[in-house]
Amino acid sequence: MATNEHGSSDVVPVTPPSGAVVGTGVVPADAFENPGLPPHRPRVTDLDPKKKKRAARFIVAMFWLSVLGSVSAIFAYMFYPIEDGSISSVRLNTLFVGLSIALSLLAIGIAAVHWGKAVMADKEGVDERHPVRGTAATRSRAVEIFKEADEESGFSRRTLIRGGLIASLVAFPLPAIALFRGLAPMDVDPNTELKHTMWKKGLRLTQDPTGTPIKAADVTIGSAFQVIPEGLVDLPEHEKLDAKAKAAVLLVRLKPEDLHWTSKERESWSYDGIVAYSKICTHVGCPVALYEQQTHHLLCPCHQSQFDIANECKVIFGPAARPLPQLPITVDSEGYLVATSDFTQPVGPSFWERSTT
Amino acid sequence: MSITSAPPQKGFIASASNYLDERTSISGAVKEFGRKIFPDHWSFLLGEVALYSFVIILLSGSFLTFFFQASMTPVEYAGSYVPLRGVEMSAAMSSTLDISFDIRGGLLMRQIHHWAALLFVAAIGLHMLRVFFTGAFRKPRELNWAIGFVLFVLAMAEGFTGYSLPDDLLSGNGLRIIDGMLNAVPVVGTWITFLLFGGEFPGNDIVGRLYTLHILLLPAMVLIFIVLHLMFVVIHKHTQYPGPGKTEQNVVGYPVLPVYAAKAGGFFFLVFGVVALIAATVTINPIWNYGPYDPSPVSAGTQPDWYIGFADGALRLMPPGLETVWLGYTWSWNILIPMLVLVVFLLLAFIYPYVEAWVTGDKREHHLLDRPRNAPVRTAIGAAGVTFYAVLWAGASSDIIATHFKVTMEGVINTLQALLILGPVIAFMITKRVCLALQKKDREMVLHGFETGRIVRLPGGEFVEVHEQLDEYTRWQLVSFNDNAPLQLKPNPLGKITASARFRVAMSRFFFEDRIAPVSTKEYQAALEHSSH
Repeated sequence: MATNEHGSSDVVPVTPPSGAVVGTGVVPADAFENPGLPPHRPRVTDLDPKKKKRAARFIVAMFWLSVLGSVSAIFAYMFYPIEDGSISSVRLNTLFVGLSIALSLLAIGIAAVHWGKAVMADKEGVDERHPVRGTAATRSRAVEIFKEADEESGFSRRTLIRGGLIASLVAFPLPAIALFRGLAPMDVDPNTELKHTMWKKGLRLTQDPTGTPIKAADVTIGSAFQVIPEGLVDLPEHEKLDAKAKAAVLLVRLKPEDLHWTSKERESWSYDGIVAYSKICTHVGCPVALYEQQTHHLLCPCHQSQFDIANECKVIFGPAARPLPQLPITVDSEGYLVATSDFTQPVGPSFWERSTT
Repeated sequence: MSITSAPPQKGFIASASNYLDERTSISGAVKEFGRKIFPDHWSFLLGEVALYSFVIILLSGSFLTFFFQASMTPVEYAGSYVPLRGVEMSAAMSSTLDISFDIRGGLLMRQIHHWAALLFVAAIGLHMLRVFFTGAFRKPRELNWAIGFVLFVLAMAEGFTGYSLPDDLLSGNGLRIIDGMLNAVPVVGTWITFLLFGGEFPGNDIVGRLYTLHILLLPAMVLIFIVLHLMFVVIHKHTQYPGPGKTEQNVVGYPVLPVYAAKAGGFFFLVFGVVALIAATVTINPIWNYGPYDPSPVSAGTQPDWYIGFADGALRLMPPGLETVWLGYTWSWNILIPMLVLVVFLLLAFIYPYVEAWVTGDKREHHLLDRPRNAPVRTAIGAAGVTFYAVLWAGASSDIIATHFKVTMEGVINTLQALLILGPVIAFMITKRVCLALQKKDREMVLHGFETGRIVRLPGGEFVEVHEQLDEYTRWQLVSFNDNAPLQLKPNPLGKITASARFRVAMSRFFFEDRIAPVSTKEYQAALEHSSH
């Protein structure tokens, strides 16, 4: 598109040209004249020497008040120690050290600003602006320098050298990218890790955090249990949270007739109205921790997704897209609740390879 | 070669200055900057607040690094806070509790650090709004808008990484959400989270890694961009509000030495003092109430720090069921769409100066600010953006709103969903009309003066109110503004009307079709003659 000083020639500027490229800006010929700076208005401290004196005294007082604040902060540090186990001592220490420091800082600020506003000479100044671009001479000299450098180095002429330079500069950071592979362990494939949890056939459901096994008989109608797999508490410390982040389960018991199933198989995953669902939200992974007993709804406090336990934990509100995965359970010979397998699908938030096998 | 020596001066200051100048040439800098003029306006202080909060953050943060242990090694807490004694937690959480309960002034410093961080992001946000609504981003300052935008994003990143360090229940859930969001990224999401967390969530590495980002990489970047930002302020000289005596070719204000140094220096202490006052009296982030991170429990009413609210709200406002399996892979639209919306929203803010420059085709330097009313469509766009952000932000508190006002959560979310779409449109229309109305009022004032409240009875019995003309300084304030007229469509030299020309004309109409021109001297004369009849 051809351009002239008004920008693109496809479009008609409304204003006549006036030197600068004004685009659609309107520069009227009969605009008002700038009247110039209004007359200086003296401050009250300039008119009344008494007021100025008072302001000066105030500033001095403020600076010394600041010194007082600083010193009192040190005293507060000494005289309000933190006593073991006493919350109120922490509170007093924070309060008095903090207030003293605040006093010290605010007093300096008030004094300095007041000094600048009321006592220092009230002389407004005017600076000239210059165009940001360099002068024509400077700009042409800059172009010349690049030309000379190009001539002397042969940067444009010696294309092979230039190509080599560019290639080497592009290649040299690549090893650093490779090195960052070490951020994640070498022998772990996220795809398999994310698809399995600790749960397996015969593993007892135990209470979080004690690890006590749960008897089916102890789960009364309407009650809810925070559940972790048997053996999780005995895992090495550094593996515990990773395992728990996938295996946490919520166990509730409803009247069997309140539970609606889409298949006989799904129904067999429950035991006499006791159902176990993954506690990790299928949205972005917060624990779905709020159980509303009356409505059988589970609510995620992070983003308000709601799941209906009576209907296989289907999403009834909120941003989650998938039901909470159900853990198939039964009871063992001693009457304890056990899993009959791992979850049949990955728990927690979606990931790219989730639906791959 | 001639050897010149300093003029003989006596006294300690004189000889010290001489010593310094002979080794640093500093007199040149003093000559250049000592009397540099800075214009005065309260809204110019917002950027200063941001700068000063950053200094406060550096000071208080350095103190905290001496006591904080960025390690996820499990320890048994044995500090002063009785309710958590014997509880297993990471060294990060334990050392944060020690800072709060065993080190005198430690809690104060933690709270100063956290409050200053909240203020830092808030001040940057307000500063950006000031720059936007006054058109300070126009040539030659477009690049400085971009730098400031980067600072805004860096500040949020600094905030989030710092918020996650104590490894408490709330911040752990925040990280879990980040993990869930990153997992949704097509193709590479799973690997990104594994590289970030050093394996599966939560792993044992994330706190140490965030710590490196939080105290080394990010602050270094913030510092570099602040230096660039301020360098440009010096190169461009500060903008000023329009007014009598102020032109595009000058800066009117007070010199750096002494007045500006006293006021700006004093203002640093005022900001620091206010932060200290808040930190001494108001608790922030009481991690001891939340307990250590555990993937299973969570408390109701979880909230991120305020500046992450808009992102959290975007997640909350998605309708259910948006996920598809396509080509054998999982596409989590319920996460990808909010992420895309946020990126596009931020990108629009980022490129706005270039869009406006393209629409106007204006290549002049602009050092005089616009009063927001004199750029009605820009102001309306800003209001729409603020509304959009505010609705997302309210979304992050949907549960709190529901419990406080005793309304249903579903009702709150559905209302906010509707507002997210309608709110910006309504805000745009109202703001534009208000701006045009204010411009009309300004014209009225110039042409017919202001109402004195003095009622006069004319000989014929008619009552009129006496209007008085404005003084020339006030009048100048109302008649001097940057005016744009819409483009007209015309064929190019080849006789064609191109699609891009059509688009540009359409954009120009959108911006400038409803236009109130400033009063010209002719109009003013005509009005004067009319009123004297």
